[in-house]
Amino acid sequence: MSINLSQKLPVNAFETKPFARDSTKRSMLDKHSLATLTHGNPHDKKVVCWRAAASIAWAVLLLPPVTALFVVLSRVSLFHPIEWITECLSILTSASTMFSFVLLCGVVVVVGFFNLEYYTVTPSIACSKIALLAQLLHPRQCLHAVVHCIMGVIVAWCCAFTIGPRYQNLASVCTLVDGDPQLCLNEYHLVLILFGAFVGYSHSLFGVMHNMNYVPFHAVQQYKYLRFKGNLPLVVKCSAIQSLYFTRNFLAVYFFLGYIPRSWLCDTLSLHSLNPLDSIAGLLDLAMLYHLWISGTFLLLTWYLTVLLFRVFVTEVYNFPVQSAFTEQADRCLPKVLPGQQPMVLKFLALQDLALLSQHAPSRRAQVFSLSQPGGHPHNWNALSSECLSLLADLTQRLVAHHETVAINGRAKLHSAGSDKKSVSSDSSGLSATQDISTPRSAFLRSAGAAAPMSPNTGPFTSDLDSPFSSRALRRLAPHLVPSSPWSETVQSPHLLRRGPQLWSASTEREISSSFLSFFSVPNSPVQVKHFLGRRVLVMYLFNKLPEASSQALFADSQSHIWALEGLSHLVAASFTEDKFGVVQTTLPSILGSMLVLQEAVDRHFKLPHASSKPLRSACSMGDCTSKTLRFALRATLKTAIYRITTTFGHHLNAIKMSAEHRKRLQQFLEYKE
Amino acid sequence: MCSLAFFPPPLSPGKITLCETNNELVSTESCQKQDYGPLSLYFPRESLKPHSRTENSSKAAFLQHSETLWIRSATSWREAGLTGLLEEIVNSSTEAPKWLSVSSGCVLALLQRVSSLHGALFPHLKLSSENMIAEFSQVLNWSDCAVRAFAWHPHTEKFAVALLDDSIKIYNPKSATPPTLKHRLQRSVASVQWKPLCASALAVACQTCLLVWHVDPCSLSIRPSSGCAQVLSHPGHSPVTSIAWSPSGSLLVSASPVDTSMMVWDVAAESSVPLQRVGGGGVSFLSWSPDGSHVLAATPAPLFRVWETRMWTCERWPSLKGRCESGCWSPDGSRLLFTIQGEAVIYSLTFSDTTGTMKGSKAAAVVADLSETTFTTPAGDIIVGGEVQLLAWDPRGERLAVLLKGDSEAAARPAMIAVFKTRNDPIFELLPCGFIQGEPGAEPRLMQFSPNFPHGAMLTVCWSNGRITHVPFYFLSAGVPHLGLNGSPAMPQPEERLVDHGNSTLFTELCS
Repeated sequence: MSINLSQKLPVNAFETKPFARDSTKRSMLDKHSLATLTHGNPHDKKVVCWRAAASIAWAVLLLPPVTALFVVLSRVSLFHPIEWITECLSILTSASTMFSFVLLCGVVVVVGFFNLEYYTVTPSIACSKIALLAQLLHPRQCLHAVVHCIMGVIVAWCCAFTIGPRYQNLASVCTLVDGDPQLCLNEYHLVLILFGAFVGYSHSLFGVMHNMNYVPFHAVQQYKYLRFKGNLPLVVKCSAIQSLYFTRNFLAVYFFLGYIPRSWLCDTLSLHSLNPLDSIAGLLDLAMLYHLWISGTFLLLTWYLTVLLFRVFVTEVYNFPVQSAFTEQADRCLPKVLPGQQPMVLKFLALQDLALLSQHAPSRRAQVFSLSQPGGHPHNWNALSSECLSLLADLTQRLVAHHETVAINGRAKLHSAGSDKKSVSSDSSGLSATQDISTPRSAFLRSAGAAAPMSPNTGPFTSDLDSPFSSRALRRLAPHLVPSSPWSETVQSPHLLRRGPQLWSASTEREISSSFLSFFSVPNSPVQVKHFLGRRVLVMYLFNKLPEASSQALFADSQSHIWALEGLSHLVAASFTEDKFGVVQTTLPSILGSMLVLQEAVDRHFKLPHASSKPLRSACSMGDCTSKTLRFALRATLKTAIYRITTTFGHHLNAIKMSAEHRKRLQQFLEYKE
Repeated sequence: MCSLAFFPPPLSPGKITLCETNNELVSTESCQKQDYGPLSLYFPRESLKPHSRTENSSKAAFLQHSETLWIRSATSWREAGLTGLLEEIVNSSTEAPKWLSVSSGCVLALLQRVSSLHGALFPHLKLSSENMIAEFSQVLNWSDCAVRAFAWHPHTEKFAVALLDDSIKIYNPKSATPPTLKHRLQRSVASVQWKPLCASALAVACQTCLLVWHVDPCSLSIRPSSGCAQVLSHPGHSPVTSIAWSPSGSLLVSASPVDTSMMVWDVAAESSVPLQRVGGGGVSFLSWSPDGSHVLAATPAPLFRVWETRMWTCERWPSLKGRCESGCWSPDGSRLLFTIQGEAVIYSLTFSDTTGTMKGSKAAAVVADLSETTFTTPAGDIIVGGEVQLLAWDPRGERLAVLLKGDSEAAARPAMIAVFKTRNDPIFELLPCGFIQGEPGAEPRLMQFSPNFPHGAMLTVCWSNGRITHVPFYFLSAGVPHLGLNGSPAMPQPEERLVDHGNSTLFTELCS
């Protein structure tokens, strides 16, 4: 379990020495991260597992009322209220319901387990259509989809059982024209079962597209019960609306493809089929539509409730002790947990706790500012501040690298404009030429990106800085897409090879020259040109970067930076009156320096196109909206953090040593002109 | 307990209160020698045109009703929801099928019955949204007041003024031309507030939504574009009558009298968390304590809540007589003063919060009696006292201004500002200071203390004739309490107090 937990973590997310990184190291990190990440404290890992277990238990406990509600609503008949109620009661107390209830519990447990296995605290953001496609085709995701499909079938079977005789059995006795009673296919049953599978699969698909496995943390702390209660109406609304959409989609699919499963079943089980349902009249059966919709709502509601409970439990504040008198607890203390290599969620919980203690807990702040007993060193403060600073430095570095690649790219566009004329007519190198002409930007980005530190969520399927081809998984995929191209051998344009040779370690000097030659060769026939252009449209569609996705990806884990900024600034502000030994003063220049540098980098980043455009707000979805706006939150928090320090210290800051440029910037803050 | 009877009589009519020196409010020119004087502004009522038309009134004038029933129904569904749709069907019963119009008529009647029941429980829900803002706004007589809202910037010497014509002007002593903020959605501004620990963000409570303007202090633009404003809205959360920023600048809470939940906004991320408590039928007034630990949330019903901001749980305070009209916090966040509609007294509640759980007084204590008192002046008798519109406490905790409603019908009972001297330590005390008088015929409508006045306290008053004046109170403060700038609660330990005293000079310099 613990290995699995760490497996899904983004690679090198919290590298503490950003300046020491290079491209070779990055390529190796994929392998090593797994080994290093598992060295966390076992106790802390248990925390997450226990929380997940508690959330699953609550989800199971919530199942009886939800099921009862479903039974009541699915058998609704306004004109015979008494019959309706007695029927519901008899169904609820019957043994078969108990059996399907046990099945449903099993489903909820499995779904809960999948939540635990697949959740992430940093959303993975696909930068292009192809990256999204790759995410969908990843084996892990396929497993997720298949299992959810099966779960959907099970739930639908239980629904069919409770709704009534019309759906209960696959086969029914019917009378054909010639008068003999025979076994016929009960297509209603089939439709409901298929609908369950469809909803299960769609749920999994939507999970990827809307980052449903992302666990957002909230700015407002609430008790678990109140948070759950507050979100409950939203979840009910969401599942009802989503179920409506799924029903519509399912009907469309069944209308066109419904004959396949039906005829297959009829053939294998030698059943007869009367009145096929895949006609407009057959599908517009209001009672069936209602039952499909309510079953879908029930299914989604139980699953969404599990997701909601999981989120509520996992993001609950966890109090790490700042220091402990007992050595066996020392590993659990905040200064140890914060910089440790461990599941990302623990790091997030630790940072959240730091941000909260810096605001609300004077006694715990006093422990942070305290000195170690023998020796008199401010170990606690040093550990916390250095970790926060390294986080900020990491983000700064990332932003600067991104900005540089964009800047290089701008120059490259001018430069390559001349060479385009030559290469437009070239074709023999197929895609590599295409790539060079159509997206010179991505080629350069890739090359620079190889040397630059990547953002934390650059797992195999979400490369952020550049074209998706920089990731291995996509290179694997590429031959499938364009089997005839020499793409995989003569990988890149010469610019690329010059700039980032380590990344393409297979290429030798000879290959470079050969690819260079092929680059300028002349197309052989008009057919090839046509072929090439046809592919180009598809390629353009698949590989075009989604706007602002790279910006979102850069700030994907910014919740941690926000907490680091809040924690640092509140602690520094509190130190003005509470820090008796002056431990904060020694680090104040570096804190201010790193905040100002970050401020500059963030300002520059927001001047890029698409960086400051706001994402559209989706009205109702269980997916996250917060991850898309994290960069705005970070920018606001950063400014507030600097203001908090300047407002508290005022003109005393003039006594701090810093560069003239920083002083000038700080003066802006002191005069409230930022 | 302090009462109005101990107050010195108001100045004779025609004299204008200019400042407080040597412990008395004076009207002579002696105040002018001080170098500190922000702008006095004058917005004549006649120069401002209110928006007379409402959103819907023009529709009937222009649109011909030639569309089919279904299109009209769709439009009314979009505009006015279910009730609008039903009304449209019932009104056009000639076109609609009989069964449809009859059934929708029944449903509509049922809905109206239910909503009237709801309205009987919470009478304020029957008000139109303009009237509701007028009722629950902190401004006295909001609907025909030239200045509808006023806010000092918490750190600098600039302030924002919302006017009757739905524009907001930002005045800065350093720049000659004030930027004017206008936005399509900026209607019926009930409240404005600057974001703490930020130079530029200004939150505006409007009729339909919440706007957050980002006004670059270095920009010379006179009309910032509406692209500088963030629109925050939530279905069912309008009109917004009160907003409050957290002193640490990270969160914004907003309240609407029709919405039982108050919204906690993370403004940068544009996400909100509704905090719902059903009792009370809405939230009309919010006030965040300066140390950031509590939020007062008054409801239109005789009930108010005090939220603690760590885990967002609340204490209910069912008050018996009427709704909580106004409230203010002491600078250290340990004491809340509030007033109740229909009662002429000021109540006090104490909170001692260090651990996150609320502990404090079990019952509110009456600290001042504001019952009507007659003063004899050379021009005749003046009756002062009665209900309170607004309370304001200066950032050092030394002066408390109380805006008394008076009676707009009777000339002898004008609205009046009474100022108390306050002391929080060692025991809470209110001492009479005096009345503030404006030009003849002008009544105070709104007031706010300047957050950083170096020589004491300064009260900014908006008058009914459209004038905005500043009344400084010059005094030496005995012990400057810790300004809760960093959002951390003040510590009760004695050594902390010592530290505070040691830094007191530093803080006054900081403020200047």
